[in-house]
Amino acid sequence: MWKWFHQLASPPHFYRLSAILSPWLAIPGLALIAYSTWQGLFVVPMDYQQGDAFRIIYVHVPTAYLSMMAYTIMATAGAVGLIWRIKLAHAVAAAAAPIGAAFTFLSLCTGSIWGRPMWGTWWEWGDPRMMSQLILLFLYFGYMALRGAIDDTAKADKAGAVLALVGIVNLVIVHFSVEWWSSLHQGQTVFRRGTMDAEMRLPLLLMILGFTLLFGSMLLRRIRTEVLYRERRTRWVREMILSPRGGS
Amino acid sequence: MKPRQQRMLAIGLAALGIAIAAGLTLRAFQDNMMFFVEVSDVVAGNYPKERNFRIGGLVVGGSLQREQGSIDVRFDVTDTACTVPVRYSGVLPDLFREGQGVVAHGRLGGDGVFEADKILAKHDEDYMAPEVAESLSKHQQDIQAAVVRGTGGCNPDDS
Amino acid sequence: MDGFAMGGYGAYVWSCFALTFVIVVFSDWRARLRHKRVYRDIEVRLKALGDRE
Repeated sequence: MWKWFHQLASPPHFYRLSAILSPWLAIPGLALIAYSTWQGLFVVPMDYQQGDAFRIIYVHVPTAYLSMMAYTIMATAGAVGLIWRIKLAHAVAAAAAPIGAAFTFLSLCTGSIWGRPMWGTWWEWGDPRMMSQLILLFLYFGYMALRGAIDDTAKADKAGAVLALVGIVNLVIVHFSVEWWSSLHQGQTVFRRGTMDAEMRLPLLLMILGFTLLFGSMLLRRIRTEVLYRERRTRWVREMILSPRGGS
Repeated sequence: MKPRQQRMLAIGLAALGIAIAAGLTLRAFQDNMMFFVEVSDVVAGNYPKERNFRIGGLVVGGSLQREQGSIDVRFDVTDTACTVPVRYSGVLPDLFREGQGVVAHGRLGGDGVFEADKILAKHDEDYMAPEVAESLSKHQQDIQAAVVRGTGGCNPDDS
Repeated sequence: MDGFAMGGYGAYVWSCFALTFVIVVFSDWRARLRHKRVYRDIEVRLKALGDRE
């Protein structure tokens, strides 16, 4: 088990394996997204209260879910990198940040566009869910800015990991904000107490799965770039690039 | 202790410290983290008197009155026990309905009526097709529940 | 077509879906470009080193 793990975490091995794995995530992911988008927009019945505006849930929930998933990966990878000094872990953390920022931005935008017709407001300062999600976006920006400001990769890795770990507090707040405090945002539907008709729920779950697979392949692409850059002076990169077959 | 275990311990202790600090800070700012005040707290007098604030609850079924020829509306907002009347002049959000959640921003007048300058609709976490809701008579149930709740015993001193 | 109007909420619903796909595609496109650039930079450096030897 440990041997297998160390082999996976070895940069050249990971670099080769991820190239093979990536399309196996992206293709089913895109297929699921295409199917669920079709279902969510045209097939699923509208909501008895919100009418067709409810269909925004099919992009809002997956993006919000991934905004938190990406942060969890970033912070966990940072901790693993700090404790076990695994270089690949820091590459994973660095790669997760821009994707997480993109999904956080999307969850805020889709939430705002959904809130305007339903709640009657684009944005409410002071709402715990909205504020903590906005702070999540700034944590991603802060993480990327911190990394960008430190030239030494090893130092940037450490500083970034510490920031990511401290920011977990906010992640917990995002998650529980609608339970601990009063909020304009409703409680959770998908994994908790809310109810949803099965014909509405299935496409949403498939959409979440599809976006998660796509996220996986997006993450792999960015990790590969990180690994390649970090290992640019190593022998295996040299051999791969100068080999007649070439790499990618 | 191995260096790896030392690092693990250091990170664990730091995380614990941050968690405790964050927990205490949030506790201290508990009131500020609330987006709105519950109706029972308003009735009991537990609301910010020096500034405008928001109240949240359900619109009591059958309480909505529209003034003829104007955009003025009156309705009652309830939590599980108490009720506060609300007066508002303006456009209501699409989701504003009797028996549904609402958040009103404004101030409590001397007559005990909440003068709202902004109304937001708050929906629940249940989603269903119109036919399904129809068969469950969901609308009627929501309104009924809000009516029952609105007439329940209000004991603001308890809280 | 009635389906596109979304009962008056069309602008909200369509903009949400469109924005999501545009941002996701843009993000992955940027990542692709960056990978190519990093690869090429290393290649150029290695070739230059090889020529000097």
